[in-house]
Parts: sequence; C-alpha cells; structure tokens
Amino acid sequence: MQRHPRVWMGILLWLMAGAVHADWTVNMTPGVTEVSRTVFDLHMTIFWICVVIGVLVFGVMFWSMLMHRRSTGQKPAHFHENTRVEILWTVIPLLILIGMAVPATRTLIHIYDTSEPELDIQVTGYQWKWHYKYLGQDVEFFSNLATPRAQIDNRAPKGEHYLLEVDEPLVIPVGTKVRFLITAADVIHSWAVPALAVKKDAIPGFVNESWTRIDEPGIYRGQCTELCGKDHGFMPVVVEVKSKEDFAVWLAERKEQALALKELTSKDWTMEELMARGEKAYQTACAACHMAGGEGLPPMFPALKGSPIAVGPVAEHIGIVVNGKPGTAMAAFGKQLSEVDIAAIITYERNAWGNNVGDMVTPKDVLTFKQAQE
Amino acid sequence: MSAVIDSHAATGHDHHHGPAKGLSRWLLTTNHKDIGSMYLWFSFAMFLLGGSMAMVIRAELFQPGLQIVQPEFFNQMTTMHGLIMVFGAVMPAFVGLANWMIPLMIGAPDMALPRMNNFSFWLLPAAFGLLVSTLFMEGGGPNFGWTFYAPLSTTYAPESVTFFILAVHLMGISSIMGAINVVATILNLRAPGMTLMKMPLFVWTWLITGFLLIAVMPVLAGVVTMMLMDIHFGTSFFSAAGGGDPVLFQHVFWFFGHPEVYIMILPAFGAVSAIIPAFSRKPLFGYTSMVYATAAIAFLSFIVWAHHMFTVGIPLTGELFFMYATMLIAVPTGVKVFNWVSTMWQGSMTFEAPMLFSVAFVILFTIGGFSGLMLAIAPADFQYHDTYFVVAHFHYVLVPGAIFGIFASAYYWLPKWTGHMYDETLAKLHFWMSFVGMNLAFFPMHFVGLAGMPRRIPDYNMMFANFNMVSSIGAFMFGVTQLLFLFIVIKCILGGRPASAKPWDGAEGLEWSVPSPAPYHTFSTPPDMTDEHEHRAGPSHG
Repeated sequence: MQRHPRVWMGILLWLMAGAVHADWTVNMTPGVTEVSRTVFDLHMTIFWICVVIGVLVFGVMFWSMLMHRRSTGQKPAHFHENTRVEILWTVIPLLILIGMAVPATRTLIHIYDTSEPELDIQVTGYQWKWHYKYLGQDVEFFSNLATPRAQIDNRAPKGEHYLLEVDEPLVIPVGTKVRFLITAADVIHSWAVPALAVKKDAIPGFVNESWTRIDEPGIYRGQCTELCGKDHGFMPVVVEVKSKEDFAVWLAERKEQALALKELTSKDWTMEELMARGEKAYQTACAACHMAGGEGLPPMFPALKGSPIAVGPVAEHIGIVVNGKPGTAMAAFGKQLSEVDIAAIITYERNAWGNNVGDMVTPKDVLTFKQAQE
Repeated sequence: MSAVIDSHAATGHDHHHGPAKGLSRWLLTTNHKDIGSMYLWFSFAMFLLGGSMAMVIRAELFQPGLQIVQPEFFNQMTTMHGLIMVFGAVMPAFVGLANWMIPLMIGAPDMALPRMNNFSFWLLPAAFGLLVSTLFMEGGGPNFGWTFYAPLSTTYAPESVTFFILAVHLMGISSIMGAINVVATILNLRAPGMTLMKMPLFVWTWLITGFLLIAVMPVLAGVVTMMLMDIHFGTSFFSAAGGGDPVLFQHVFWFFGHPEVYIMILPAFGAVSAIIPAFSRKPLFGYTSMVYATAAIAFLSFIVWAHHMFTVGIPLTGELFFMYATMLIAVPTGVKVFNWVSTMWQGSMTFEAPMLFSVAFVILFTIGGFSGLMLAIAPADFQYHDTYFVVAHFHYVLVPGAIFGIFASAYYWLPKWTGHMYDETLAKLHFWMSFVGMNLAFFPMHFVGLAGMPRRIPDYNMMFANFNMVSSIGAFMFGVTQLLFLFIVIKCILGGRPASAKPWDGAEGLEWSVPSPAPYHTFSTPPDMTDEHEHRAGPSHG
C-alpha cells in the first residue's frame, strides 16, 4: 500500500520533468497582463498551501500505515477523543483560509473595476462564432473557425493552431484598457482567453463586463468555455494585439472596408457573382447546421435541399433568413450579415444541390424587404 | 445480546415468512434486504451503462480530430454519462446501502415505510428506461450537459427533452420517497436505548443526507417544470426574449446541485467512518466532532451554490460572499480528514479490500478537496472555470469519493449479505487496478485543464494530445476493471469461505450481531442498547 503511490508519484514527477515540450504543459499560463500574473500568483500560492497541508497530513497517514500495522505486532491504542486538538485543527485551517481570502479579495476587486476604459468592444456569442463590434467606431465583424474541415476529419495533417485559428481575429491595441461588453444572441457561451485571465459568460439578454490591458503585442488564443451545442468545441477566440500605431492603421482600413461593403449593395450583381459569393458565405454562416450539401441534420436542423422554403416563394425565403424562426435554432441573420451576403446565400440556396429554381435575389431586394418591415 | 441473534428461530415467530417464490418476490417485496439488493444491482447496471458512455467519450478524445463519433452524439454521451452516474449509479447505490444496513445498524425489523420503499425502487427502472430511450428518438437524446443550462435545454433542445423532464421527475419522486423513508426509519425505529449520539456514523450521515434530499429534490422538480412550461406552454422563465432570465435557471439548478454534491458524498463519509476503525482496531476518533462536521457541511452546502457561477457576472459582493462561504467548507471537511487519520494513528492496521478502498478514499478525496479549495478562490476560478481542471476536481471527489466509498462498503458488508467471504486476492487486484486506472485517467486532466482545455469538447488542439491519451488509457483500464468487481461479487454469492457473524475482528455495530448471511427477517425483537456507552454503538469487544 505505502509503496505503490510513491512509484506512481515518481512517474508523475518524471512526466512533469519532461514537460519542456509544449505538449506536456502542466500548469496555468502566467499570461500577459497584470491581472493574469496576479491570478497566477494566487493560483500558485493556494497550490503550495495545499501541497504543504497534503505532505503533512499524508505524511502522518503513511507513517501510521507503515508503523502501526498488526503485522509489526502493534497493539491498538484506545484514545478516541480530544477536544483540544479538535479546536486546534478547526482554528488553524480557518486562519490559513483568512490569510488566503485577503489577496483573493483584493484581486477580485481589481478585476471588477471596469471603469475608465479607453476602448469598448461588444462581444456577442452566436452558435458557433463570435461577433465583435468596436463601439463608436462603425467597425464590426464575425470571427469564425478557420481550421479546414479536412483537418478535423483527419484527411489532412493538423496545423499548429488546429481549432484555435479564426478567419478574423479580434484586434486590440497594446497597453490600452479595453472593456469587453459580452452578450449572446442565442444560447449561453463563454468568452475566454487564458493569457488574459479573462473568462466571462455571454448570456442572451444580459451584458456582462470585463476588461484587459495587455503588455505585449502578440496573438493570444482561447475557446468558448460554456457548452453551447453541437459545435461548442469549434468556436475559438483569437486576440491579436498590435502596437497602438498599427492598430490605428488597421482600424482605418476596416472603416474603409465597411464603406465599400455598403456600396456593394447598390451594385448590379450577376447570377455567377452571387452564386460564387453565396457559396462562400453559406459555408461560414449556414453549413454548421444545414451542412455543406444542404442535407441538414433533421429534425433539429432541417434540410434545405428540396425544402419547401428554398424552392418556394422568394419572400418567405428572405423572411426566414432575415428574421429567423422563433422557438427554434434558426437565428435572425438580418442583423448578422450584410445585404450582399444574405442575397448571395439565398440565391445560392435556391440554385445549389438540385434546387434549380433559377431566380436570383439581389442585395437591393433584401434591402427593400428589410425597409418594408420597419 | 445473544438472545437477539437468533430471536426468531428460538422464540418461534412462525408468522415470519421467508421470501416469496419467483418474480413476485422482487416485484412485490417490501423487505428491506431484497429492496436493498435490487437498488445495488440496479446501481451497478447503471454504473456499467454510464461507464460505457465514458468509454465512448474517452475513445473519441484519445486523439485530436473526430474519429469515432460526431459532436452531436458526443454531447449526448457527456450528458447521459453525467445523468446516469449521478442519478442512476451513485444515488441508488447509497439508497441500497441504507436499505440493507440502516435497519441492521439501529436494530429495526425493516424500514418504516416498506410499501413506499418498493415503489420508490420500481420508479427507477421506469425513469431510466425513459431517459435511455431518448437516445433512440429522432433528434437524439439530451445533449445539453448534465447541468442542462437553459436556453440550450429549452428553446434549442432536441424534441426528446420532454421525456428527459419526465424522467427527472420520476427520479426525483423516487429519491424524495427514499429519503423520507430513511429519515422516518432512523427517527422512529431505533432500538430502545439507542440515542442519537449512539448511532453509527453511517446512520448519522444518511439522516443528514435524507434531509438534504427532502430539501432540494423538489427544487430540481421545480426547475424542470419551469423548463416544461417554457417549452410547451408559452412561458418565458428562462427566455430573455420573453422577459425571462437564463441565469435564474442556474441559480435554481445549483441550489439543488450543490447540496446534491454532498448527497453523493456524505453516506460515503459514514461508511468510511465505520471501516477505518474496524481495520485499525481502534475506536473512531472524534465521533461527536464528526457528527457536527457533517451537519456543518450540510448547512454550508445551501449557501455556496453560486460558486458554480463565478463567471456569469454576479455582483462583486455576491462573488465575495460565495467565495468566503465556499472556502469555509474546507474547515469541517478538514476536521473529518484529521479525525480519520487520528483513528489510524497507533492502531493495529490490516489492509483488506474495504480498508484499501477507504484509505484511498481519504487520500484522493482530500486531493479533490484541495482542487475544490483552489476553485473556491474566485479570481483563480476565472482560469479554472469550465476547463478540464473542474472535470478532474469533481471526478476526484466522485470516483475515489463516492464510488470507492461504495466499493469499500460492498466489500465490508458482502460477508453479511451473502454469508461468504469474497476472494481477497481478486478484490485487492480490483483495488489496485481501479486505483492506478483512476489516477491515470483523472490526474492528467488537472494539467490539460490548467493549460486551458475547455470541458465538453469533442476535439482539441495538439497541445492537449499527450495527456488526453494518458487519460483515455487510464479510463479504459478503470472501466475494464469494473467487470472484475462483477465477477468477484457473483463468485462471492455463489460460494466461498463461510463468513462468521462478525468476520472482521475489529468491526463494531449491531449488524455484526446477526448471523451471516443476515436472515430474511432480523430484529423482530429489538435489542436493548440502554447499557451501551455513547459513541460506541454495538456490542463491545467479545
């Protein structure tokens, strides 16, 4: 009994010693912010307190198991109570806990201080992607998983950032107090980046606050940490931290792109252009549920291939994409996607996979539909 | 005391019948031993079923990439694994032990409410039949995690969720009836002279567990009823779009869920408090403080629920309150651990299977307690929350806690149940395989959790790959080993060295004053405990 756990602990220590390779990481990251380092210190303090208590308690226990065995001829003692030691081992742990609660309280108060942010970003969780909106900057975009399906299905070798890479990372400036206003559009998600020690639930109907101030430029990765359905494991968070100058340049570029997108709405589109754009947009926005081939996952996620809506009247089709279907997982995409993408997707859905309706929905049609609703 | 042992044989109570023949013995039985056995067998069947789902999970997580199952099915496996293990394996096992042992420990002829006892058992196969059947329904079974957070479990749930709700209701009714029965038995049917402070600790911990169950199972019933209303009757308890509050779900759920954690561990505390003194051949140290510590844990369990919700955005003052209250639980839990260690100190120990499982219980449960203390530190919890660190933590308290406690109890009382000694060599093998497998499976989860791997994901980045493979190997080892337990139990039922009335020389308690196997009816005449000392229930030495 007393030997085996030690051998086992030895194996563990050996594993820890071999932990130079990233694949054997055994501990939390100290991270790149003041808060994350404080949290790391708290974590290590409580860890070592536990180790010391463990060594003492288990030490006494193993000593007893070694020395006080019947096979060594030990006669049992008969003591069975002592009020003084009971009080002692109630009070001492209490004091240790109070000692631990003080720095924990201080850190928590600091973490909860979201005042005086220099940049506000609204983070919205969707099944299964993140949406970032730079408040007051007129810049917003979705951030989708960028790992190719082939890697997930083991048809291609996995890259270094497998499942932790996105098409559009959240970009923020270094050394700036950034406040996140976190919410969700459908179910509960949780926005988490270990290197920042930020983890906050994204809850529909609530706006949660969190903040960070990052010391060094770089790319920091996290994942959704609240079970949010089928693709919960496939909605990473990537934060790219740029120098303040680079960030300003980036922000200006994004504003221009937003303007350009608005102009696209009024452009005259051809069927081919819409189909090409639609296929791409469909894969990012729709394929997670309705599947790449339009076959869906009935009954939760109906097929679009041959569906009455996709081959039926155009207005109904635009309606369900723009407004969603209440009480189901079908979200209202009217505010999530641009008119161009909605038009392209609807055109694609009506003409792909043998749904050869032949009609074409233009961005102007979608805009007209939306305006008619208001 | 010896007059009690063979009371019904010697005094000729011939109105006492033996068990009925055939199926009706089990369907209609009101005998606490029969019902206890059925609970234990049912629990073991569920343990294997929930365990095979864990095997599916670990097989998928063996390597990065999707190999065996798709995410939809993976989510059903994690959900069903949790539900089946909590409600189907652990809780019924303790009710089974309570049925078998509490009447024997307090000198009662049976449970106080025998017909209700039968009903509360037979609700379980119905409940789990219903729950498991959802896996075969269109759209699949519950896939929203065993904590079934709304609105994932309401608006976004598969259609089978209604069956899930009904199954939870049935389990809840069964648990409430079981708990009422235990409480009524303990408070009314104790042998003359057995005061509360003479009761074995297993009886004490179950009495407290019974009150916890009666308090919180209706809350669970409430929360699933609110879900049902949201899904079918147009209410918006948990739907923000209708003016409801998704966080309300979590408050109500965890008001049930945290005491539930103690419901699954307190009876194991009680069993271990009987086994460690027996194999140390020394009375339990600090009986009174053990009782008070258990009561303190039970009380605290009602005021710490929001530590499961540190990241939902509760206000700072709420966060601080729940952090402090949670840290406080370490105090009474520590008292219990110190008392067990002091019981072993200067004993005369031997290490048969019940003792091995109990010693592992103390060590590994304490490790689970340490990670629990770490999780209580709210700022640090922002890093741990919903990662594999949490999975490691609660498996350390539930597997070597609840499950090892149940194994220790089973080996300890098998001779009393079957009249035979189990195969000690095989039982030791079962212990060591379980011990190694369990640590191999769950210890690396601390590491991947600290490195940032979220729980409930079917696929992961390569940086988590090595430890996940180790975990899977450990889990397979632990899983296969449990078939050995089945073999040992069947072997023990079929034969083996005959067990004496008291096969463990250091054991204490009334259950050892009846023959092995325990006759179908025991303590038709209650034993007189008036002269027994407090804290030392049961016949004294020799």
